[in-house]
Amino acid sequence: MKFIDEYRDKERARPIIEEIHRQANEPMTLMEVCGTHTVSIARYGLRKVLPETIRLISGPGCPVCVTSNGDIDRAISLARVPGAAVATFGDMVRVPGSDSSLALERANGRDVRVVYSPLDALKMAEEDSKIKIIFDGVGFETTAPTVAATALEARKRGLKNFFVFSAHKTVPLALKALLGLGEVKLDGFLLPGHVSAIIGSRPYEFLAEEHGLACVISGFEPLDILQSVLMLLRQAKSRRPKVEIQYRRGVHPDGNPKALEVMARAFEPADVEWRGLGRIPGTGLALRKELSELDASRVFELRVPPAKEARGCRCGEVLRGVVSPEDCTLFAKFCTPQNPVGPCMVSFEGSCAAAYKYGV
Amino acid sequence: MCVAIPARIKAIEGSLADVEVGGVLRKISVQLTPEVKKDDYVLVHAGFAIHIIDEQEAQETLKIFEELGALENE
Amino acid sequence: MNRGSTGSSSMERILLAHGSGGQLSHELVTSLFVKSFHNPILDRLDDTAVLEVGGKRWAFTTDSYVVTPVFFPGGDIGKLAVCGTVNDLCMSGADPLFLSSGFIIEEGFPLSSLEKIVASMQMTAEEAGVKIVTGDTKVVNRGGADQIFINTAGIGLIPDGVNISGGYARAGDQILLSGSIGDHGVAILSSREGLQFSTTLKSDCAPLNGLVAAMLETSKEIHSLRDPTRGGLSSTLNELARQSGVGIWVEEERIPIKEEVRGACELLGFDPLILANEGKLVAIVAPRAAEFILQRMKDHPHGQDAAIIGEVRQEPKRKVVMRTSLGTTRIVDMMVGEPLPRIC
Repeated sequence: MKFIDEYRDKERARPIIEEIHRQANEPMTLMEVCGTHTVSIARYGLRKVLPETIRLISGPGCPVCVTSNGDIDRAISLARVPGAAVATFGDMVRVPGSDSSLALERANGRDVRVVYSPLDALKMAEEDSKIKIIFDGVGFETTAPTVAATALEARKRGLKNFFVFSAHKTVPLALKALLGLGEVKLDGFLLPGHVSAIIGSRPYEFLAEEHGLACVISGFEPLDILQSVLMLLRQAKSRRPKVEIQYRRGVHPDGNPKALEVMARAFEPADVEWRGLGRIPGTGLALRKELSELDASRVFELRVPPAKEARGCRCGEVLRGVVSPEDCTLFAKFCTPQNPVGPCMVSFEGSCAAAYKYGV
Repeated sequence: MCVAIPARIKAIEGSLADVEVGGVLRKISVQLTPEVKKDDYVLVHAGFAIHIIDEQEAQETLKIFEELGALENE
Repeated sequence: MNRGSTGSSSMERILLAHGSGGQLSHELVTSLFVKSFHNPILDRLDDTAVLEVGGKRWAFTTDSYVVTPVFFPGGDIGKLAVCGTVNDLCMSGADPLFLSSGFIIEEGFPLSSLEKIVASMQMTAEEAGVKIVTGDTKVVNRGGADQIFINTAGIGLIPDGVNISGGYARAGDQILLSGSIGDHGVAILSSREGLQFSTTLKSDCAPLNGLVAAMLETSKEIHSLRDPTRGGLSSTLNELARQSGVGIWVEEERIPIKEEVRGACELLGFDPLILANEGKLVAIVAPRAAEFILQRMKDHPHGQDAAIIGEVRQEPKRKVVMRTSLGTTRIVDMMVGEPLPRIC
């Protein structure tokens, strides 16, 4: 498959790996902040081919994992609204909230539907005007424009039975907050390629300019990641940190202006709760007042009891890169993919799930 | 957190397009990439094209890998 | 709800995932059914029970079919019901002989659809050389069943000298796969509402007893056979590794996957290793017989894309390791939950 297979070629990988080994004489800690990177690194066993001097840690890059229990509980309460169906990405279905999950709600007879695209949910609303379709919007800037476009389309078509519950979040300010905690000593960031396809490279410049961190916007195939590690190494050695784009076929420095415009028309920044990072001002995306009749959080009663965190769960620390999955006492013993305690184990791209599933 | 896959545009009709990945076809929205043309490759995420792939840049990236390989063999 | 804190499942309800063939299904079967019905035959955990009666070895198995949509590219629920049970029988080395078929039909199901399904079952039974000799029909109120459910049970005879079980794999054995994986899974997904992609892919649904007979003619040194249905290749390999207490090593690049399956999986975020196959088998054979068996498989219409995909080793016990296309290794875990499309 074009633009995929070439970047998985082991022959091409070998010289990059060897060059990395040649260049890596000082210890370096690099953080990736995208769940898809977490999975790709684990799935291709990349930590095993990198030199020991390079430490790759995972940050708050899985939008499912950083969704607070409160938001999950609210989505679950929407599934219990009579005459409503919650349409959700597959990623969220098994994630546990305080007492339940969308999968459990479905087992209990609630209408929970898995969709691949928010447009599929829109179609469901059009096909049956008697059902209230509530779309559970989770995801960063890659996904938010698709939900924005769908919400605007619903408004345009005058649909009265389509709603969006937004738990969308944005990345750059969250990274700022993470660094502000001063918990982990980092040398550089592997930045999310597809979020950057939307927002471009400029929003990350403060990482290099104010924090002196090497930054490379990376694609997701193993060769992309390896090349990005090499670029990060070179940047760190040159002591001239900047934001470079490895994923040049997928990212333009200006991002996607049309997508940004659509996102801004439907959403505005909000202060929201991140699992592991607490409340970070301006990092959420809430539907604008003009779309309030589509906003599930305004239209429906969303009073839920205070969220309960699972005892012993260290997802928050895992998400901040402070703790690796294996450091958590629950990992693999009490918290497994079939009996997950926290979202890092159940999300397809949670660090704990990746560590458990791929053994790395 | 973003599974977005390179797919080829086979036909465009308004804001929708038929794309193909490995012989599998799907209808997606090209609202977010209005400049798209037939035979372009786009990144598809959640049923939308989010970026038109720059083929030249893709070639450049592959060339860098090859150059590293050539250096190796010198 | 104190999930996971005691290390045991504190689920109160059956979830869809309990039926999809992965980890949870396995747990339900072992911790409830096998535990309750416990006897030496059941405890072997083979898909098919082997019974010694009248000095002969009989294979006996059953399966229920609840697939939607009922008609899909390359087949229908009836064809599936016959192939599934025929295949379970021949995976134990048996010659399938007789099938029963029980129908649970939802009130309102079109008669023409039922006729098509029955015709399909007869055609498949003929190809497999089996007879459907008894059955049952029940009709339930609208809503009591999803259109139609079919249960088939089957019996067959295991010839002398044939000793096949998921527990017989040993270090050094070669692992053969009869063809491409994921075809059935993707064909079903393509006809489901909501995912909306189109493909020319058809289900690979086929009776495999002819292929198995050809393989056994070549060599009796076939230790294990299993068809990777629900839960896909990864579940089957894990089950075999656990049953035999060995390590299974596979090469990613040797596993045949059709381009369209890869395309659909990339697009929707599925892993081809967990998708169902209804006309494929995994064979674990003695090393010296591997090439001969492989050639014979390739000569058979249902084994043309057969390949040797890996080998059995002592370690890591009860686990499956894959050498990736990049040359690194990683664990292949069983599927947890049902296959779900993902955007993350």
